[in-house]
Amino acid sequence: MTSSVFERVGVGARALEKLADRPLKFMEVCGTHTVSIYRSGLRALLPAGFGLVSGPGCPVCVTSQGAIDTLVRLSGKEGVAIATYGDMVRVPGTSFSLAQARAQGASVHVVLSAAESLDLARELRGKTVVFAGVGFETTAPATAAVILEADRIRQDNFLVLNLHKTVPTVLRTLASDPKLGLDGFLLPGHVSTILGLEPYRALAADHGMPCVVAGFEPDQIMAGLVLLAAQKATGRFSVQSAYPQAVRARGNERAKALLSQVFEESDAAWRGLGILPGSGLKIRDLYSRFDARACLGLDDPETPEPPGCRCGDVLAGRIAPAECPLFDGTCTPEEPVGPCMVSSEGSCAAAYRFGRRELP
Amino acid sequence: MCLAIPHTIVSITGQKTAVGRAGTVEVQVRTDLVENLAVGDTVLVHAGFAIEKLMSDEAAEIEALWDSIRAFAGQ
Repeated sequence: MTSSVFERVGVGARALEKLADRPLKFMEVCGTHTVSIYRSGLRALLPAGFGLVSGPGCPVCVTSQGAIDTLVRLSGKEGVAIATYGDMVRVPGTSFSLAQARAQGASVHVVLSAAESLDLARELRGKTVVFAGVGFETTAPATAAVILEADRIRQDNFLVLNLHKTVPTVLRTLASDPKLGLDGFLLPGHVSTILGLEPYRALAADHGMPCVVAGFEPDQIMAGLVLLAAQKATGRFSVQSAYPQAVRARGNERAKALLSQVFEESDAAWRGLGILPGSGLKIRDLYSRFDARACLGLDDPETPEPPGCRCGDVLAGRIAPAECPLFDGTCTPEEPVGPCMVSSEGSCAAAYRFGRRELP
Repeated sequence: MCLAIPHTIVSITGQKTAVGRAGTVEVQVRTDLVENLAVGDTVLVHAGFAIEKLMSDEAAEIEALWDSIRAFAGQ
């Protein structure tokens, strides 16, 4: 029987009422989930004591302040053009943002796809185009494909400042944090489209964490929450998919093959969480001539976050956006202080746009 | 950032390129990451790249998922 989104959401809410007989706290890992949850008003349908906290799944937000500063510094170099996804240009660096650098004459280009950054390198022959590759496993295969293409066509003015990060490792860190006291993870839909279910098995098996992949429509998110509550109720923890539309158990083999052809595991610096071993992707030596860090000798400075900004705590699920003293005061989407208020997927931007009626 | 929009493939234009349609908008899509793509397939497109073929919402697997949720709801 086919049913409407509204009917499904209602059925899910009634199932949650029956399953959640005690306080529960789940983390929606992905920023796109966060936005959908706020925009749809789904929280209003959750039982009392059923908590949802936002996680570190906004790639722009988790990019370290040092990496932002590196990009801004690089944009000021003669002969360099920066290409990056839209939200990155508005993140305030220690001195200024890429958008402000562009206003002062730096060559900063917004691209919608990694492929466009290579097109830009073909156009701007007199410049070195540096693509700031942010994103998780959903986005990194496209960067890998473009590096392989640059290699094939011998593009010699194209570099990648690789800021890609991987999701399962950071979830292990969060699962081990007793202060967070999480009861399970609503797993990202499109990261899991690439990865499949296997990389999360240790979270369920070793950390006793219910794990459910969900899609992004309100009924798909509700389905994910019901399966999480059901795992908690039965005490049988596993990795399930409530998003069979797009997620196969083994993931996208072709995309995974590209990832491992071009990248190897490395440590990565996350805003709010510090350097997490094995949570990043490094361009393999075979393709190091496209690695901006190797070719330009870049090293991210250890710069502190903006004064008063609690983005790090928001990203780690330690506080809700409204608990940051800057929220909706000195920090707004028009004049953001931290990246969580900049990015269209940031928890603070979502809470500002859709969630302020829920504040006390 | 991990937003992906369903597009229907309307033509295959190269070994790694196709045209996808979402609503009334047609865009170039890179197909490096998806095998055996055909005109009429619906794919999820993220940052200009098709990342997977999409199963219909009416598929039996999805109906079975909602049947289990209805059972939890006592319906």
